[in-house]
Amino acid sequence: MNAELALVADALVRATPLIIAGLAVAFAFRGGVFNIGAEGQLLVGAIAATAVTLASSGSIGRFSVVLAVVAGALAGAAWAWIAAELKRRFHVLEIISTIMLNFIAIHLVSFLVRGPLQEPARIYPQTETFIKSGRLPLLVPGTRLHLGFALAILLAVTLAWVFNHTAFGFRVRATGASPAAARIAGLIDTDKTSLAVFLISGALAGIAGSVEVSGVTFALYENLSPGYGYTAIAVALIAGLNPIGIIASGIFFGILETGASALQREFAVPSSLASVVEAALIIGALTIAAVRGRHPIARVAES
Amino acid sequence: MTSPILALNDITKRFNGISALESVSLSIEAGRITALLGENGAGKTTLMRIAFGMIQPDAGSILVDGRRAHFHSPSDAIAAGIGMVHQQFSLIPAMTVSENVALGGKGRFSSKEIASRLHEVSERTGLTIDPHARVADLSSAERQKLEIIRTIAHDARVMILDEPTAVLTPRDTAELFTQLRAFAVSGGAVILITHKLTDALEHGDDVSVLRRGHLVLSSRMSELTEATLVTAMLGNAPHVLSARESRSAPSRVAASLVQATIHTKSRLTAMTVTLQVRAGEIVGVSGLDGAATPLLRVLAGRVKPVSGEVKLPQKIGFVPENRRDEALIEDFSLAENFALAGAGRRQGLMQWHAMEADTRDVISVFDVRTPGTAAFPAKLSGGNQQRFVLGRELIKRPDLLVLENPTQGLDVNASVFVHERIRRARNDGAAVVFYSSDVDELASLSDRVVVVSGSSLTEVSADRDEIGRALLSVERNDER
Amino acid sequence: MSAVETFLEGTVRTATPLAFAALGETVVERSGVINIGLEGAIIAGAFGGFVAAGYGSTWLGFAGAMLAGIAMAAVFACFAIHVRADQIITGTAISLLGLGVTATLYRQLYGATGAGLSIPTMGISELPLLSSIPVIGRPLFAQPSITYVLYLIIPAVWWWMYHTHAGLGLRATGEDPRAVVVAGVAAKRIQVLSVLFGGALGGIAGGVLVIAQAGSFAEGMSAGRGFIAIAIVVLGRWHPLGVAAAALIFGAASALQYFFQALGWSLPYQAFLALPYVLTLLGLAGIAGKAVAPASLGRWQDQR
Repeated sequence: MNAELALVADALVRATPLIIAGLAVAFAFRGGVFNIGAEGQLLVGAIAATAVTLASSGSIGRFSVVLAVVAGALAGAAWAWIAAELKRRFHVLEIISTIMLNFIAIHLVSFLVRGPLQEPARIYPQTETFIKSGRLPLLVPGTRLHLGFALAILLAVTLAWVFNHTAFGFRVRATGASPAAARIAGLIDTDKTSLAVFLISGALAGIAGSVEVSGVTFALYENLSPGYGYTAIAVALIAGLNPIGIIASGIFFGILETGASALQREFAVPSSLASVVEAALIIGALTIAAVRGRHPIARVAES
Repeated sequence: MTSPILALNDITKRFNGISALESVSLSIEAGRITALLGENGAGKTTLMRIAFGMIQPDAGSILVDGRRAHFHSPSDAIAAGIGMVHQQFSLIPAMTVSENVALGGKGRFSSKEIASRLHEVSERTGLTIDPHARVADLSSAERQKLEIIRTIAHDARVMILDEPTAVLTPRDTAELFTQLRAFAVSGGAVILITHKLTDALEHGDDVSVLRRGHLVLSSRMSELTEATLVTAMLGNAPHVLSARESRSAPSRVAASLVQATIHTKSRLTAMTVTLQVRAGEIVGVSGLDGAATPLLRVLAGRVKPVSGEVKLPQKIGFVPENRRDEALIEDFSLAENFALAGAGRRQGLMQWHAMEADTRDVISVFDVRTPGTAAFPAKLSGGNQQRFVLGRELIKRPDLLVLENPTQGLDVNASVFVHERIRRARNDGAAVVFYSSDVDELASLSDRVVVVSGSSLTEVSADRDEIGRALLSVERNDER
Repeated sequence: MSAVETFLEGTVRTATPLAFAALGETVVERSGVINIGLEGAIIAGAFGGFVAAGYGSTWLGFAGAMLAGIAMAAVFACFAIHVRADQIITGTAISLLGLGVTATLYRQLYGATGAGLSIPTMGISELPLLSSIPVIGRPLFAQPSITYVLYLIIPAVWWWMYHTHAGLGLRATGEDPRAVVVAGVAAKRIQVLSVLFGGALGGIAGGVLVIAQAGSFAEGMSAGRGFIAIAIVVLGRWHPLGVAAAALIFGAASALQYFFQALGWSLPYQAFLALPYVLTLLGLAGIAGKAVAPASLGRWQDQR
């Protein structure tokens, strides 16, 4: 009984960053911003959260966790802002710039954990481990399931509400569906809306990173993210970019990857099989969307 | 008796179960100009697209010189000697004249070869064009000339023209028909797709009339009267170019531009205008090659002038020409498209109940045929889409209504409806500014007309001939 | 070799796989399609080259690399052109697919450790007279033979694009696929063939990484080169010669790290690892939209 509970808890733990980063991707895509940089924004969020936690958890206790999440959001937004500004000022395609920033972020983490942020003994390429009061509390004692999962659900519900019931959410959707019509018929400031979309998307990805360090790893190290930011794209697409659907697809991927790890341990089936399944699922989702004739996101190169 | 150069027999075509053409037959003889008449949506363009290999018929056959032919693509049709001159989207603006003429060829590409070919065509027909000019720099009339040259360069024997006079001044129109007549005289055949009765009457040797996908009349022009033609085109309803109404004198100024400098579409030149539009009047705008669009967009508050003074009212309704890309969002339902108006300034929460109710109001008041508020725009016909867009803009009772080519591509009923609504808005006290490429529409709907060129604004009265003359002189001024 | 020659040699080495991939993508984008799945073609080519070379010669390896690249491109063409699914998303999926499939297959076929597997590698082939030219002789003409193939393909593609009707049709399709159909050009077929060609060259690029450089396969070894190549297409303004030059400049900028190391400047090594990506951003920012993309490609870049 306990083993099963542990597996379910593990799947939900694994799902948490996927859901939050999936929301980041979905928000961007719905708004017409091709943010492929969730991976990098997640990592800088983790960096910020780590730095804040290590600096403050000794003195302000539990509150440092809140600060960490906020710091993560700000860092993710800032990292996304770089791509936004490059697009606005220099017409650099965000698809390329965000991917470049992903790689830069990976090397930044490596530099920090081997340099300025390395643990005092200077043996391992990682930061000091968080003390107890710097960690997210558990939802289910005895498992690894932490408060971050609840936060993920909350964010998903909030995002759904924003899309469907707020004027801002409507502007985001209109800008993503047809910038021309949004501007001409709706008199929407698409530049301002796009910038907001970039920043919020980056912030969400940053929160995914900070939640991961504060709830699971309790330290920053290389290879912190096994490609969460990229898997999140699959999570978002398969859910049709729908926030509530992302909860489901995030959990599904969580099960897939936890199961894959278990399979690898038991039967030596490579866990990268999960990536293949994920990519195949995206292509399946694409086919369905194309056959139905409606794309959940802004049409790109229509014939 | 020689077989016709091109024969379309019993052509049937359906789109999504809706019949576009039902068993239509057309016989084209060499040496003659055939006018293919019909209202917008009657099926003329569909029929010619089939003749040009762009789409495949569901039933029926095509014969060239009496022999069965199958066109799987335009290259097959071109090889069989059929050429088509289109309304838009058929030339590559970034490329030169030579490159555009060369498209579709095989093997090595040499601009010298093309230039000599063009020279040859020019010797034969008198049509000249600079092979090295970029198409983007050509005017609409010159682009049309290029398309004609291109079909001749590809040895076309049948030339199909789709609404060629839509973008031409009266003088260019006369020039065009001289060329077409010369082409026919030299043994070619011309098919002229048009909805303009006058063009057909003046220049057609044979005429075929389509109505709602059916062939209703096919005869030599010499055996017909104008009345017969009109009845054939429209059934028994007479074509009412809605009568001009008298109206009370316009009052206060609703919108004004003082020394406003506006960039033209290509951003190469700018015009400085001073214009006032009053509540209770309809101002018609006429212009060539998209000169009117920047002016209308400034008035609609969608574009800011480079300098100068602009005073616009709070509530502005805008109906853009490009409905599909700029007025409606395909992925949004009608209710969501309704909510698009005013979305830029809206704050807080979306009041969907109220929006749905308002959308239903628009649908009923403006007689929009649709399954409901949740339907997507693609499910509506062009006429119903335009009714919806017009309704969305008018329901908020704007002080200024700006429209770009509001009845383009619409059938008669929808056009009459749109005219009615525009007049009603004017009578209710709104100021209306609209652009139209149709001089007759300008004359019948406007209270006054301004003619726009790349550099100036001239005011004329709402008289067909005066407008035509003004366009001509504006064209001459621009050429200088 | 002097420091300058080392630098130049490094330049050509770095540039070669990028030039292959970027040249292929140039043809693709000139037809109006953007294939973000280039990364997938490269990693597939790397793996395919690794497997095929193991069965015989280096040239067999490159053939395998090319086929693997074409296979990835074919999947992309099926969804993005035939089904008309969203090109960006399809491309991203293809890249993920490529990375995942190659990693899985590698571990399956060669075990979890996968170390110490050897395949025939392509060594340097010096061209007799040419490699004796001072300064540039060795960097340009003392390279693996596959590099010489590149030297031939670049002018060939350029000539084909600007001096044949087929090339004209390609360029016109990229401007307006709707307009060219009316002129009798088979737009869809051009796009599919271009994508397959791009996949072939992308696959060869991956083959270069394995067969002519690293000598073995490692998961994710493409390291974002597909995306860098896409940036190089922009920097080269969608012109074959421009793209080749841009790849060379990029290679030079990357190779500068050897200079720095030789000079003893101590920068953390991660800065050098991050250098290609920073350079790409700077390069794209520098060109600042002055490069004009094929018009129908530009249709999806937010129109102002």
